[in-house]
Amino acid sequence: MKKKKLIAVLLSAAMVGGILAGCGGSGDSDKADSSDKKEATGKVYYLNFKPEQADQWVALAEKYTEETGVQVDVQTAASGTYESQLKSEMAKDEAPTLFQVNGPVGLATWKDYCYDLADSQIYKDVQSDDYVLKEGDEVKGIAYVIETYGIIYNKALLNKYFELDDAEIKSIDKLNNFDALKKVADGIQAHKDDLGVEGAFTSAGMDSSSDWRFKTHLANLPIYYEYTDKGIESTDAIEGTYLENYKNIWDLYITDSTCDASMISSKTGEDAASEFTLGEAVFYQNGTWAYNDIKDNEVADEDLGMLPIYIGAEGEEDQGLCTGSENYWCVNKNASEEDIQATLDFMTWVVESDEGREALANEMGFVTPFTTFADYLPSNPLVQANEEYTEAGKTPVTWNFTTMPSEEWKNGVGSALLEYAQGTGDWSTVETAFVDGWATEYAAANE
Amino acid sequence: MEKAIKRYFPVFVLPTMIAFTIGFIAPFLLGVYLSFCKFTTVTDATFIGLKNYMKVFEDPTFIHSMWYTALFTIVTVLLINVLAFAVALLLTKGIRGTNIFRTVFFMPNLIGGIVLGYIWQLLLNGVLAIFGRTLTYSSVYGFWGLVILMCWQQIGYMMIIYISGIQNIPGELIEAAKIDGANAKQLLRYVTLPMVMPSITICTFLTVTNGFKLFDQNLALTNGAPSKMSEMLALNIYNTFYGRTGYEGVGQAKAVIFFIIVGVIAVLQNKLTTSKEVQQ
Repeated sequence: MKKKKLIAVLLSAAMVGGILAGCGGSGDSDKADSSDKKEATGKVYYLNFKPEQADQWVALAEKYTEETGVQVDVQTAASGTYESQLKSEMAKDEAPTLFQVNGPVGLATWKDYCYDLADSQIYKDVQSDDYVLKEGDEVKGIAYVIETYGIIYNKALLNKYFELDDAEIKSIDKLNNFDALKKVADGIQAHKDDLGVEGAFTSAGMDSSSDWRFKTHLANLPIYYEYTDKGIESTDAIEGTYLENYKNIWDLYITDSTCDASMISSKTGEDAASEFTLGEAVFYQNGTWAYNDIKDNEVADEDLGMLPIYIGAEGEEDQGLCTGSENYWCVNKNASEEDIQATLDFMTWVVESDEGREALANEMGFVTPFTTFADYLPSNPLVQANEEYTEAGKTPVTWNFTTMPSEEWKNGVGSALLEYAQGTGDWSTVETAFVDGWATEYAAANE
Repeated sequence: MEKAIKRYFPVFVLPTMIAFTIGFIAPFLLGVYLSFCKFTTVTDATFIGLKNYMKVFEDPTFIHSMWYTALFTIVTVLLINVLAFAVALLLTKGIRGTNIFRTVFFMPNLIGGIVLGYIWQLLLNGVLAIFGRTLTYSSVYGFWGLVILMCWQQIGYMMIIYISGIQNIPGELIEAAKIDGANAKQLLRYVTLPMVMPSITICTFLTVTNGFKLFDQNLALTNGAPSKMSEMLALNIYNTFYGRTGYEGVGQAKAVIFFIIVGVIAVLQNKLTTSKEVQQ
């Protein structure tokens, strides 16, 4: 009996202790918070979309806090989880004051949360209205980075191929259409041991850290050509007239690759990046943002080049790289007035101050649409590759994937691509997901 | 003593009750309300009636994951309980190193689901790579991968419960049965099994609900690939809520349906196995 009592006493003591400790802990952190608030009015909470630049943003925020005393928190969502993280963060009391949407479709979800930026300083700094998202007269989002993607290639390895006796294509100038690309890729694949590579293309990983390269970025090309043919900018029903081309390029990616097509479901974005940086593959479909992951490795900067993604459409000899933005800054209008002001000040500082411009252009390697960046052209060789194409008079491919009806559509196409690649499904599944999926998803999103 | 407990009962229940209200009742009620709403963030929602529930049954992936989950639960409940009981029997025979074995078997349970999922993903993919396949090649691989993972994780835990059940069987009972000439098989069938029935109730309850609620392991191991064919109910709800714009309410409605299904099954199972328990 005595023992039992003792146990009861001990247990309740432990319980009470636990409660007190819990309260004590939270009390402390409350205090810390409130003292911070006194020092500076308003604070910034930025939910960043780009994991490639996560550390640079944190560093930049710290610099700003040092300079002005305004607290800036930066959180970065892991690849592919931005929407879910934003959704749960926005429901909190301490919601992000600065967040991102990916374009018109993303804006449709969040427009009720977007502060009108028409009177802001940062809007005055934008080169043109091409880079903002508007609803009526209200400026809801402003792009802060213009990006370019294509097929990044290793010049040294490619030249090695050109020097081969039986190379069908002998120079980079001749590599300007799908047939040539296929010949080169097949040639490299056949000579992979001579060239010391594992394959022509890096693994077409369909893990969530990499599948967007194909279900979103590659899928942009058939959409782009269909839109151009019809002279439209968005649609409620896609016809899929260029799906055959989509199939051809996808076939090329999965056959002339560093790995078996049945293995791609587990390959990640890091796998592809490392294959490229270690010189195991010649071609790597990705964009200017990938430079951060590639640089300072085995592939030297001067060996980096970028090719347009040729899919065999008519007149593609004049096609440039894919250039656009899916990163629009939005300010949370439900934040307190001080926080909104602090956020606007922070944004202005980022695009106008020397530190901000230095960080964006040189550390993060961004091309921005702001007039203030005239003297800050990034050293990123992939960005320079794009400029060369523009100067040569090639037509850049616009980013039409911002008009894709929903994430669900992309996932549907991605799954179908994977099943086709590993042989568990056929190409008609991709067609269904692409065409029928578009119609149903568009209807669901706009009901 | 009895009286004192009765008098102070609210004091002792209060902390748990507060935690239960904050952690369960409040979110649950809010969740049920939200299942009738259209919303982007949970803090501002507009009431739209039963529309969400209608959409749930138009969604083929939900029906698929329901069957997939049910099948998974049946397989894991059988495997885990049979194996856990067998291990428990072995480890109550007094063989050398019993304690070490118990600890080793129990240990997987101390690792979190996400971590386990990724570890097993590496292991299983490593093995499957020999055959040029990956876990997400087809939902069959994902299914058995999950079964292996769950068995590995849960057998140890259930084993501990069974061991305590077996150890609680009075020695006289076994002795008496032996004197009456019962062989090992009969001993197991007519003495041990009826006596550990309470443990069986607990273990089947735990494995059934764990099977239905499985989320972390599913997310980490296959994440529903390929084409959502290995997506179980909890993950399906999560993906509906977070993955589809405008479908937050539908996800919520699925969650309510999910709750009802699991609740009904758990109560039925509990009734069924409790009725088999014998008085000591």
